[in-house]
Amino acid sequence: MATREYSFYPGCSSEKKTSASNYMVSVESMCKTLDVKLNEIPDWNCCGASIGYAEGGELPRTVMNARNLALAEEDSPGQDIVATCAACWLGTRESHERLGKDETLLNDTIESLKEAGINYEHKPEKNIRHMAEVLIEDIGYDEIGSHVSKPLEGVKIAGYVGCQTNRPFGIHGESYENPKYLDKLVETLGADPVEDYDQKVTCCGGALAFSEPEKSQNQIKKILESAYDFGAEMIVTPCPVCQMNVEVYQDQINKAHGTKFHIPVTYYSQLMTVAFGGNAKEAGLNGNIIKAKKLEEIAAK
Amino acid sequence: MSNTAMVKKYRNDFLREVEEKVEEGDWVRMCMQCGVCAGSCPLGDAWEHPPQEIFMMIRAGKREEVLGSDSMWMCTSCYNCIVRCPRELPITHIMHGLANYAHRLGLAPKANPTRRFAKIFWDNIATSGRVNELKLSLGLYFMDGFGNGIKKALAMKDVGLGLLKTGRLDPMGLFKAGGIKDKSGLQKALKKAREIEDTRKGY
Repeated sequence: MATREYSFYPGCSSEKKTSASNYMVSVESMCKTLDVKLNEIPDWNCCGASIGYAEGGELPRTVMNARNLALAEEDSPGQDIVATCAACWLGTRESHERLGKDETLLNDTIESLKEAGINYEHKPEKNIRHMAEVLIEDIGYDEIGSHVSKPLEGVKIAGYVGCQTNRPFGIHGESYENPKYLDKLVETLGADPVEDYDQKVTCCGGALAFSEPEKSQNQIKKILESAYDFGAEMIVTPCPVCQMNVEVYQDQINKAHGTKFHIPVTYYSQLMTVAFGGNAKEAGLNGNIIKAKKLEEIAAK
Repeated sequence: MSNTAMVKKYRNDFLREVEEKVEEGDWVRMCMQCGVCAGSCPLGDAWEHPPQEIFMMIRAGKREEVLGSDSMWMCTSCYNCIVRCPRELPITHIMHGLANYAHRLGLAPKANPTRRFAKIFWDNIATSGRVNELKLSLGLYFMDGFGNGIKKALAMKDVGLGLLKTGRLDPMGLFKAGGIKDKSGLQKALKKAREIEDTRKGY
């Protein structure tokens, strides 16, 4: 089997000792099994996230993403860029699209980046993709299934797709309102998808979990409640912000509302690593604040 | 003062001002007032004026009410309004653009927590090139002074400890430089970008 190779944009939350460092650990394990080679963009910078808009205007935000695009092309010419973070993916792809449409923006970006000694050349054919797209479109469920050595039998999992992995770009062939790829992936790994999970594309509040905690926690409460209502034992997500927001505020929500939420929130890559026979450490399970006991048990088998 | 300059330049043609100065502002006249955006927004209840109302207020020349509103600052960037809008207005981007414009003119509500957090966030990444999560959270907690900061930090203590114990927060983050290697290159590029944008927009 030929090695698949991509230019890789890991993003700020993937670094060691940051909020999604365990996501990265599991992505590395997953890619090892799938024979996917990730070429990290040298000296990549932040995408500006969405919340950067207030102070960073359109041009400064575009410049940040164009710097990464230029560094990626220089390091791994012609390769698709893959991001594991929803915001990184969105920011990079959005900037790339705008650079292709708006000549003034393109020229201003080129001029700005010259200050950093970077020569930006626009490559319209460059694809900026989310890891979920690589899994579904390039590798496919069948091949993923062929690596399953420890099926996640009997685990009921709610696929929480969230916002930015789903909108505005989405995964080819999936709807915005009811994307099914996480459910299909859960099924491929031998677990039971919670197909009635009606809050699968509800926003967790994103960055407003910091600045407007009450309003965001109302959102998170809905996302958790629905998972419980339909019998989920675990939530799975493709987004680092979704993962963090839905996991870490459960205690605060419990205190405010008298609820008893205590449900693990995992990444798809953690499920895959365990189903592929990896151990708990390789799946980054030590990074989950609410322990994914069922996964730990399967990993220890 | 840039705000006075804009008022003088556009008199009461606020729609034209938005079309020329606000990111994706030229879409505003395309809104057909269906309200799907308002019904689709996760924080819809928190908006004093939902997007379709903001669009109509722009057309009606209600400049101060729009730019001084905290409504746009309720946007979580979930893109639900964008994918549902029957006329395909990039509503999320217009809201970001309006918020940015109001902030740059000094008209945005001073106390709005998202405005302040967004500024701390941008300064954080524009300096070092990558997010420093500890500095970012502490910057937010302590923005209203030391006493308030301690209170907020204590309220978040358990969340922080959970992240710390699982290796998802760097306790030394305050003292580490971190970030990218070519900070100075990035800073220069961003400075240039700001200059160009300011000239183009007449700030």
